[in-house]
Amino acid sequence: LSRIGDELYLEPTESGLSLRAVNSSRSGFASFLFAPLFFQLYEPGSAGPETELFRCKVHMKSFLGIFRSLPSLEKSVGKCLILLKPRASRLVLQLHCKYGVTKTHNLAFQECERLQAVFDTQSCASRLCAPARVLAEAVVHFPPTLAEVTLGTGPGGKISLRNYVEDEAEPSKTMVTELWLAEDEFQSVAVAPGSHITFCLKEFRGLLSFAEASNLPLTIHFDEPGRPVIFTLDDTVLEVHLVLATLSDLQSNSQSPSTNGVSHLPAPPDDFADDLESYMVAMETSEGGSERPPSPTFPLRTPRPAESKAEEEEEEGAVPGTPPHKKFRSLFFGSVMTPGRPGLATTQEVLAEDSEGE
Amino acid sequence: MRFRAKIVDLACLNHFSRIINTIAKLAKTCILRLTVCKLYFILSDKVANGGASMWCELSQGNFFDEFQMEGVAAEHNEIYLELVPENLSRALKTSQSAKAVKIKLTNKHCPCLRVAVELPSLSSSSRIVTHDIPVGVIPRRMWNDFREPSVPDFDVSIYLPVLKTMKSVVERMKNLSNFIVIEANLSGEMNLKIETDLVSVTTHFKDLGNPPWEDGCQSSAQGRDLESMAEACIDIKKLQQLLAGQQVNPTKALCNIVHRRIVHFILLHEEVSLQYFIPAIA
Repeated sequence: LSRIGDELYLEPTESGLSLRAVNSSRSGFASFLFAPLFFQLYEPGSAGPETELFRCKVHMKSFLGIFRSLPSLEKSVGKCLILLKPRASRLVLQLHCKYGVTKTHNLAFQECERLQAVFDTQSCASRLCAPARVLAEAVVHFPPTLAEVTLGTGPGGKISLRNYVEDEAEPSKTMVTELWLAEDEFQSVAVAPGSHITFCLKEFRGLLSFAEASNLPLTIHFDEPGRPVIFTLDDTVLEVHLVLATLSDLQSNSQSPSTNGVSHLPAPPDDFADDLESYMVAMETSEGGSERPPSPTFPLRTPRPAESKAEEEEEEGAVPGTPPHKKFRSLFFGSVMTPGRPGLATTQEVLAEDSEGE
Repeated sequence: MRFRAKIVDLACLNHFSRIINTIAKLAKTCILRLTVCKLYFILSDKVANGGASMWCELSQGNFFDEFQMEGVAAEHNEIYLELVPENLSRALKTSQSAKAVKIKLTNKHCPCLRVAVELPSLSSSSRIVTHDIPVGVIPRRMWNDFREPSVPDFDVSIYLPVLKTMKSVVERMKNLSNFIVIEANLSGEMNLKIETDLVSVTTHFKDLGNPPWEDGCQSSAQGRDLESMAEACIDIKKLQQLLAGQQVNPTKALCNIVHRRIVHFILLHEEVSLQYFIPAIA
């Protein structure tokens, strides 16, 4: 979760404790739901007719600091108690260790709204399921600093992973790495032929390490470019979701994965290359209304909300004080350079507002 | 112009990868020259490289199970490519358990060296990873820029100390100074010296031995006083990069010093030879 965001959202529910995080550009969301059976004792508290179960968020670093050294924790800690004390404004983590030692950590928390990305694995056209090890072995061929990767389907039912080369990078100078996995390396494959999606590899790696460590198979649900990709892990007591925005790219539909070469996108005309603003204006005015949501974030609601509502969301969505994450730029602004793409300037929909929306 | 090669043996692949790693540490961009029998990695002494130059030569037969090359023309049966060795190093890094590695020169969208790695997998078909490394083709009229440098008229030639020791000394010295003086004489003595406003440090090496060269080469060195030191002040970072890139102890390691002009390092392994020239700072 810390690979996604800086704040840890804790949400006790009837079906278990949910830990969640979202990244600063609202393009990545993860949740871990621990069923009551995971715990020795689970009391989510009581929700009245007017009140909901208490939720809060804490600083990720503070929380992680308590569990800093796993090997020594495993040796010395017998039990861990997590207690939410709303009136004292503290989240209490108590580690009951050997020799009668008890370490109590009191973390300050902030109340928050429910953090929930809207997504639906059932509506995804394609689904892949593989042991985490296979995916980890695939991902190792890409440099650790690589930002985005394209997952695609190819001839013979093979699945490919290729590093995504940004439009701004010179195609003749960038190394392109492509890996092909046979269908039988996966536990299940149900994909729309010729489909591709491009997503952030860094955030995915975090989930992949977790999956490998827990030896769980990973399922990837995806649809068209631009619609979010959903990674899930399932266990009897744990349900994990990682939702990432994907690059919305009109050209990628026609791109064939077996083609050699780097960027298949025609370069924007030279006189526009330096002048992003006029280029964006030109794109916006030349493109009519498009059915596809213009921004790579996943829509918070179905495509036709009331116009005023969309604007309101946009204002709240501009998270004050958070500078756009570098990756955000590559997912959003970088793709603007592609000709034929509708401009994304105005409706920047976010998946979760963090102020009192309604 | 065609090039195709294949490595099947893991030991050869490993060895080849190590050589590429060494090259990648020495040069951001370099020339790969392909001939029927040999591969050369060349860095010419342009100002951009800080004047350092490199010549690395290996026999393809020692590494490749298959090697086919057709140069630009029949009477010039060679290919010169400009590439970033770090890309090649990365492509080979994760191929260490490969069943086979094929390298091919392709030109689909732009000239590339395509490294295709066949990896074992639990499924019926192998996993294939391809890395397309962009390269620049050097036209024949520029080939003269990349000729083998001749051994300079050196004043002193001496075997280097154990590289690991030399490396750790130089690495520590690098923290104190940007330049290092290498001096040596024909009695097998070498000193590495740095001097700053605050401190000067000298490390002395003895009994290193001086390589016997044929008479023709030693013109400057003939009749030279055995105790007299020839020295050159060079960029310490270049020396450190050279030493850091050596992952295996060479069979022979020596350097030739032209007093206050240039230091010529020669590192010989069984299947590969590396020469590196570092000019003296004026």
